Amino acid sequence: MGVTGNPTSINQGTRTKGGIGESTLRPDGILKVTGEFAYSSDMWHEDMLWGHTLRSTVAHAEIVSIDTSEALATSGVYAVLTYDDLPTSVKNYGLEIQDTPVLAHGKVRHHGEPVALVAADHPETARRAAAKIRIDYRELPVITDEASATAPDAILVHEGRDDHHAGHVPHPNIVHRQPIVRGDADAAAARADVVVSGEYVFGMQDQAFLGPESGLAVPAEDGGVDLYVATQWLHSDLRQIAPVLGLPEDKVRMTLSGVGGAFGGREDLSMQIHACLLALRTGKPVKIVYNRFESFFGHVHRHPAKLWYEHGATRDGKLTHMKCRIVLDGGAYASASPAVVGNASSLSVGPYVIDDVDIEAIALYTNNPPCGAMRGFGAVQACFAYEAQMDKLATELGMDPVEFRQLNAMEQGTLLPTGQVVDSPAPVAELLRRVKARPLPPERQWEVAGEQADVRALPGGLSNTTHGEGVVRGIGYAVGLKNVGFSEGFDDYSTARVRMEVIAGEPVATVHTAMAEVGQGGVTVHAQIARTELGVAQVTIHPADTRVGSAGSTSASRQTYVTGGAVKHSCEAVREKVLEMGRRKFGTYHPAWATAELLLESGKVVTDGGEVLADLVDVLEDEAIDIELEWRHRPTEAFDLRTGQGNGHVQYSFAAHRAVVEVDTELGLVKVIELACAQDVGKALNPLSVEGQIQGGTIQGMGIAVMEEIVVDPKTAKVRNPSFTDYLLPTILDTPTIPVDVLELADDHAPYGLRGIGEAPTLSSTPAVLAAIRNATGLELNRTPVRPEHLTGT
Amino acid sequence: MRVNFTVNGRRHEADDVWEGESLLYVLRERMGLPGSKNACEQGECGSCTVRLDGVPVCSCLVAAGQVEGREVVTVEGLADFAAHRSERHPGSGCAPGACGTALDEARRWEARPSSEESREGGELAPIQQAFIDAGAVQCGFCTPGLLVAADELLERNPEPSDADIREALSGNLCRCTGYEKILDAVRLAAARAEETV
Repeated sequence: MGVTGNPTSINQGTRTKGGIGESTLRPDGILKVTGEFAYSSDMWHEDMLWGHTLRSTVAHAEIVSIDTSEALATSGVYAVLTYDDLPTSVKNYGLEIQDTPVLAHGKVRHHGEPVALVAADHPETARRAAAKIRIDYRELPVITDEASATAPDAILVHEGRDDHHAGHVPHPNIVHRQPIVRGDADAAAARADVVVSGEYVFGMQDQAFLGPESGLAVPAEDGGVDLYVATQWLHSDLRQIAPVLGLPEDKVRMTLSGVGGAFGGREDLSMQIHACLLALRTGKPVKIVYNRFESFFGHVHRHPAKLWYEHGATRDGKLTHMKCRIVLDGGAYASASPAVVGNASSLSVGPYVIDDVDIEAIALYTNNPPCGAMRGFGAVQACFAYEAQMDKLATELGMDPVEFRQLNAMEQGTLLPTGQVVDSPAPVAELLRRVKARPLPPERQWEVAGEQADVRALPGGLSNTTHGEGVVRGIGYAVGLKNVGFSEGFDDYSTARVRMEVIAGEPVATVHTAMAEVGQGGVTVHAQIARTELGVAQVTIHPADTRVGSAGSTSASRQTYVTGGAVKHSCEAVREKVLEMGRRKFGTYHPAWATAELLLESGKVVTDGGEVLADLVDVLEDEAIDIELEWRHRPTEAFDLRTGQGNGHVQYSFAAHRAVVEVDTELGLVKVIELACAQDVGKALNPLSVEGQIQGGTIQGMGIAVMEEIVVDPKTAKVRNPSFTDYLLPTILDTPTIPVDVLELADDHAPYGLRGIGEAPTLSSTPAVLAAIRNATGLELNRTPVRPEHLTGT
Repeated sequence: MRVNFTVNGRRHEADDVWEGESLLYVLRERMGLPGSKNACEQGECGSCTVRLDGVPVCSCLVAAGQVEGREVVTVEGLADFAAHRSERHPGSGCAPGACGTALDEARRWEARPSSEESREGGELAPIQQAFIDAGAVQCGFCTPGLLVAADELLERNPEPSDADIREALSGNLCRCTGYEKILDAVRLAAARAEETV
């Protein structure tokens, strides 16, 4: 199998320095290393007030009364707002279903729900004033799982639902249900020589982006507001903010501030409306910055899930059928739950060929913390379960787990359970081959000749819990299937404005999009695309704001594909205009203007043979070309609500991992030694950034395998560990080496053949680590994260 | 209360400081130095790491009053701090027993204003340049703290092993990179320093 794909789709313009395919450096790099990059929490304005949010201390209760008088009387306090102060009839917001109150009204549905807002001249004054607000709660029983949600006498988390899923769900406490049926799973099961089944539990993971929710709202003279904020999608925020404020969208001007990571956690609104409300009420700029404790309540998390799977295979190792039921806990508000259900169901089969399937995925309304988008988006939970099933089957059949997967691996042309054909490369077997072929890391790396063991290389690390006694090694493999882009018929477009002009004797391109740069490096890639398409050295990236059309969300591994596609499209239009001008001015001097294919390279108009026709400076002179266009990928379709059939996804993304772990079996401590990844990226527009995405995604997958989990008390639905002391994130001491093997098999449908890459490595990392721990210990381990007590049985 | 201390080589005075304010708050909100980041306020993430009399500390856990009369170096002063050290100890490291910057020397050194126009040729500390070159910066929120910590590591251990790097930076969380490129950056800075000796 070749390393690069269709060369015709990727060879244009590579002669311009700093174009696509090069590891150019981040344009925001210097600002970020000098401390000058302005994150949303760094915003400052003269005369600025600090906002604070008072949140519910209980998960489910009626609000009997709220008394704000003492808070209002506090010196330094400028405003205290509750539900009654909301200015219009629009009092809820939401990504798809507008079920989330801006401030609680009559009832709170989860621990940490916003109830009141305070603005004061010092953040501590605001906090102390908020503590003086008296709320009388009458507590209600909590709904925490499927049994309590669908019990005959269950309290409805949301009464009187009229959203577009309400009509087809079997119970009002189910947000959305998506079955997928293809073939006849029961009949196929009769052909199976081996059937394995299992119930799997996936814990609640937090995005834990390092820059907490924050922003600054500045009231404007025209009655509007300017909002500087960290988000994943400016225009989606705008659509939800403006109606609550009672302002037309053009009076809510949003500018993207520096974003300290996102990973899905900034798809929903957090402090945006609150800061605007306080600013408009007080007439002063208001800044809100969550601390880490509040951040855990301020955004949605990854859905915890219970997954039941059954697979069958024939004696010669061919999969016969799959049945599964996936129950996602959506928590108190819908957020992205419907789309997560769509992903979980449609990707539940994994990257395997199975003709006969019976699939059901649901998301619940409960009183647990709301869950929504996080890197991997519904595909992560399923991958954890189906990969455990693959290992079980391989064991039952006495086959090698990698060979068994390769035997059943999907490839280009495979029909998915949704009836959609995978119409671009799907090198699943090859990715597995590559991670397996890699040499294993040496054994007993903690041994230092003539010295004591280096505990830093052992489970338990600097806690000095073992010098190698009781430590066993295990190896595990996994591979996953992720979609790229927004699915199920969503109009998933982006917009780019590209300007080209001569500045100081040099041709310069300016790229203006509303794309949220959250760290992924989209701004780097946009400049590379502009250099490649327009042949200029100088590219200015305009700050992202709402003065240009929507870029869609920085989610779903979609921005390089979709906004990158939009930038390419607008650049092509600018190029056409440049060539038109060139033909007008110089066409009579050289026949090639009329006959040859012309390119822009290194500041010149050249023929495809490389002959220079004109300098861009001379073509443009003092004229600027300025074009803003929308760009769309191929449309998708909704899944049929009964059968799940439909061309729901636009592209697929594949990664495979091999995990090598060492386990202290006496204490139940795990050290991940190496997590090797192979991924097909279609075309690496920036190889350095691609590696960074794969390594980062890999470690987020490792986090939920062995460390990370938001623990919710099942009796009270209260969050027990909202801090970095108690929610454990991988440190540099916990992380393994992460060798990366990048394939570039072009997807001919995508710009430059590229494939969205950000999420796929987060899928297969978790099950690979679990498989390695099972391999080391012989334990079944049907739950993630694995804790020491699961390994020691204590 | 009033607090006087030296930040990046220059004397600063902060008035009306509430006793509960941290060094981090005073740096960010009273001195116009937002480079040090607030990501947990518990000393778990290291995003607010600064040097206090040469020692890396989480500035969120240092009460502002504790800094009276002392020396602080933040990411904003790192380039000049490193340049000054480099003049004293060519290469980024130092001989055993002669590490760090003596207080009297630190007092003679002063960071230049950090505005874009006055940064001569975009001069960076070697560790800052290495972070950019190695792809160790994504969202960048952890970067200031990591830079201060990594610079201090290379000051006392110019040729760290991977295990040394991991140990020294284990108090700094990064959520974007998976740490591989951060390791690369520290290795790169160490290798470049060795070349220049």
